[in-house]
Amino acid sequence: MKKIKLSASGFFLIIVLLIYFILFITDKALFYSSMSFFGSILMRIIPIFLIVFVLMVLVNYFITPEFIIKHTREKKVKKWFFIIIGGILSSGPIYMWYPLLADLRQKGLSYGLIACFLYNRAIKLPMIPLIILYFGWKYVVVLTLIMIFVSVIQGILIDKIMEVKK
Amino acid sequence: MNKLYESILKAGRMFARVLPLIFGTILLVSLIVTLIPKSFYLRIFQNNVFLDSIIGSAIGSVSAGNPLVSYILGGELLKQGISLIAVTAFIVAWVTVGVVQLPAESIILGKKFAFARNILSFVSSIIVAITTVFILGVI
Repeated sequence: MKKIKLSASGFFLIIVLLIYFILFITDKALFYSSMSFFGSILMRIIPIFLIVFVLMVLVNYFITPEFIIKHTREKKVKKWFFIIIGGILSSGPIYMWYPLLADLRQKGLSYGLIACFLYNRAIKLPMIPLIILYFGWKYVVVLTLIMIFVSVIQGILIDKIMEVKK
Repeated sequence: MNKLYESILKAGRMFARVLPLIFGTILLVSLIVTLIPKSFYLRIFQNNVFLDSIIGSAIGSVSAGNPLVSYILGGELLKQGISLIAVTAFIVAWVTVGVVQLPAESIILGKKFAFARNILSFVSSIIVAITTVFILGVI
């Protein structure tokens, strides 16, 4: 018989559903008010999820590791610019990018640029509709600009730290 | 066409992987918000700029997972009266500090780099939160 593999997030959902099951038996009022709260959040975010999905498809379509590698060969300031853009547009789990970054490091990409790339991965274009829903567009613009600025500062600091001999 | 199909498939797989986590988190948040009175949050986060941002950053740093979850969690916490500084520090640290990924990052990119980057990211999440809220207050 084929074994069904349960992911960590699936396991987490089952645990939460079990808590709700116990709640249904022990405290129906709390169960119903929690479910109603759950429903209200879901109604708000489902349309946003559709936009997020479309944006994710577009990012997956246009941005590939080859695209990032190509633009890390640019000169000085241009290189920082493309690293920022590359970080913002890169998708997938962070650990997927570690081997590629290690490879780029061996090819001469500085630690500062790697740190800058990793910091800008925090800015997720497909997620912006959801952040706007909760925090507003002004917040998104200000936070994004500050994070891009801080990513460069962090990159410069990392280069200085990594320069210091052990 | 093949590339488009692959892109849809990749996004679909990512969503399928994350959906149980999102549903679980929203269910848990719904229960916690219903169960715990607002006064409890207000006791932990006392609208102290530095303390709130440090607590937010610390919680965000040890949390891991898709940023989608952090935005939903942060947005709902904000509605419960937690300060925007604490929520911003939480969201920024969630995505920039990786305590859970630290061993992998150390092995692949070097211990010194991984520690320096994570410590700097923790500190900068506090600075980013304070600066963002300050600028939003001015404009």
